[in-house]
Amino acid sequence: MPEPILSARGITKSFGALKASDDITLDLRAGEIHAVIGPNGAGKSTLIAQLCGGLAPDAGTVQFLGHDVTREGTAARARRGLARTFQISALAMEHSVIQNATLGCVGATGTPWRIVSRALRRGPLRDRAEQALARVGLQDHAATRVADLSHGQRRQLEVAVALTLQPKAFVMDEPMAGLGAEGSAQMTRLLHDLRHEAPILLVEHDMDAVFALADRISVLVYGQVIATGTVDEIRAHPEVRAAYLGDET
Amino acid sequence: MSRETILNALLVAGLVALPLGAHLAGEPFTVTLATRAVILALAAVGLNIALGLGGLVSLGHAAFFGVGGYAMGILASHAQSYVPLMEAPFLIEGTKSMPVIWLVAVVASALAALLIGMLSLRTSGVYFIMITLAFGQMLYYFAIGWAPYGGEDGLPIYVRNGFPGLNTLVPIQFYALCLVVLLLALALHAVIARSPFGLALDAARQVPERVRAVGLNPTRLKLAAFTLSGAITGLSGALFADLNRFVSPTMLSWQMSGEIMVLVILGGTGRLFGPVVGAAVFVALDHHLGGLTEFWQVWLGVILLAVVLFARGGLIGLIAGERRTDA
Repeated sequence: MPEPILSARGITKSFGALKASDDITLDLRAGEIHAVIGPNGAGKSTLIAQLCGGLAPDAGTVQFLGHDVTREGTAARARRGLARTFQISALAMEHSVIQNATLGCVGATGTPWRIVSRALRRGPLRDRAEQALARVGLQDHAATRVADLSHGQRRQLEVAVALTLQPKAFVMDEPMAGLGAEGSAQMTRLLHDLRHEAPILLVEHDMDAVFALADRISVLVYGQVIATGTVDEIRAHPEVRAAYLGDET
Repeated sequence: MSRETILNALLVAGLVALPLGAHLAGEPFTVTLATRAVILALAAVGLNIALGLGGLVSLGHAAFFGVGGYAMGILASHAQSYVPLMEAPFLIEGTKSMPVIWLVAVVASALAALLIGMLSLRTSGVYFIMITLAFGQMLYYFAIGWAPYGGEDGLPIYVRNGFPGLNTLVPIQFYALCLVVLLLALALHAVIARSPFGLALDAARQVPERVRAVGLNPTRLKLAAFTLSGAITGLSGALFADLNRFVSPTMLSWQMSGEIMVLVILGGTGRLFGPVVGAAVFVALDHHLGGLTEFWQVWLGVILLAVVLFARGGLIGLIAGERRTDA
């Protein structure tokens, strides 16, 4: 079995008496989409925050590409190649689409201290940003202000900004949130293609998308992983059916 | 060409033509008024980098204005008394040379901004406003008690400092010098705003979590902007002290910080020429309404209220419309 790209080992996080993550162990391997599902309040956002560096776990470790990154912040993990998308779009609304994508390139190339050159001039930065936009289908909206984009286009831009990092792994927090059937299908196709570039840890409520995309699924309930397995295994898991899926399957 | 670019070009033309006209008409007082507006605009250009690009609502920028002013006052007072600033371990004498004074003012105010920024940027929102205000007041009260340099009474300088090739005592020549410095600062702002640094800084103002997620440190970006901002405001302080040939703790007061912020908001926060318009309107109101009533700032308050309520882009926004996005 190949070494995991990203792994959590026994991570635990409490907020007062509430244990939001309770001895969670999971990993993400090359070429796979590993979905994390669970009801609201299961601790998915806390898990993502610990994987991406927004929160430090009380116990346990996070490893990325063989390095212990438990005490590293979000920016340091991003520089190692861990790209994330946000549940609620975190985009610079006053900026254009190309500016948002270029920001990712500035971060990826470590060039934020350049003062004399133009950020949007023709060159490697812009090319990389435009390629990422083309990849998600936003190439015709480069000059549009993000505030004027539709919700679906903002979700696409989230992915494009993550792509500019040329990441080694993606952590995606509900990329289908708020999308209609067509948008969701489009996003599913996109994620399906992206898995070949970097594995995806996918937190998602849209079960159709999860079942269509995931190689493995982990089910999180009350901060604990109650099951990990393939789509068929999870569909058939009695505890998961009782706790989360109900009669949906 | 956008409306804002045309407006900016007209403003530059006005900055050149109006004082020149006043000089030719034999009205040196008008030239001095314009010099005051240009120097205050420079202070506001400094704040506009922190506030407009970085979103840092600093109520302590008078600290840097005052540090620049005192850098000029201290160096010039030692030069006029022929008493060295320091004899051991090495000799430091005063100077009447503007370029040297500017360099000292810029370095001293940048250092002050770096230190204040490092501590203040651990906070945000209203706490950032309060901590910058507190640092400003600390320096204000320090200056009041600093007896060797005039304490509460301030420090007069008898002759304006010199600049190679110019007679700075001639109002139009000093004005031209200040205008060149202002235009250079505006050029720097324009270059920064379009650079990768400006892009990252503006994004750090809007979505710091995104900036972190692409591998950048928003606090460091803001600290760099705050330091640069303090350096420019410090330079304006040195010029302001030279204009008045006097430096006093008033330059460090929180009212001064508020005044610099009013200039930025009035003209248009984050707009390149916002500080210029803000300063011009402020000085014009001070001069014209100040002659009619000592309560002229009530009317300034009314204008500011109207700008904040109805013209979020300031006076520039009112004329030139919303800021265009780069693409």
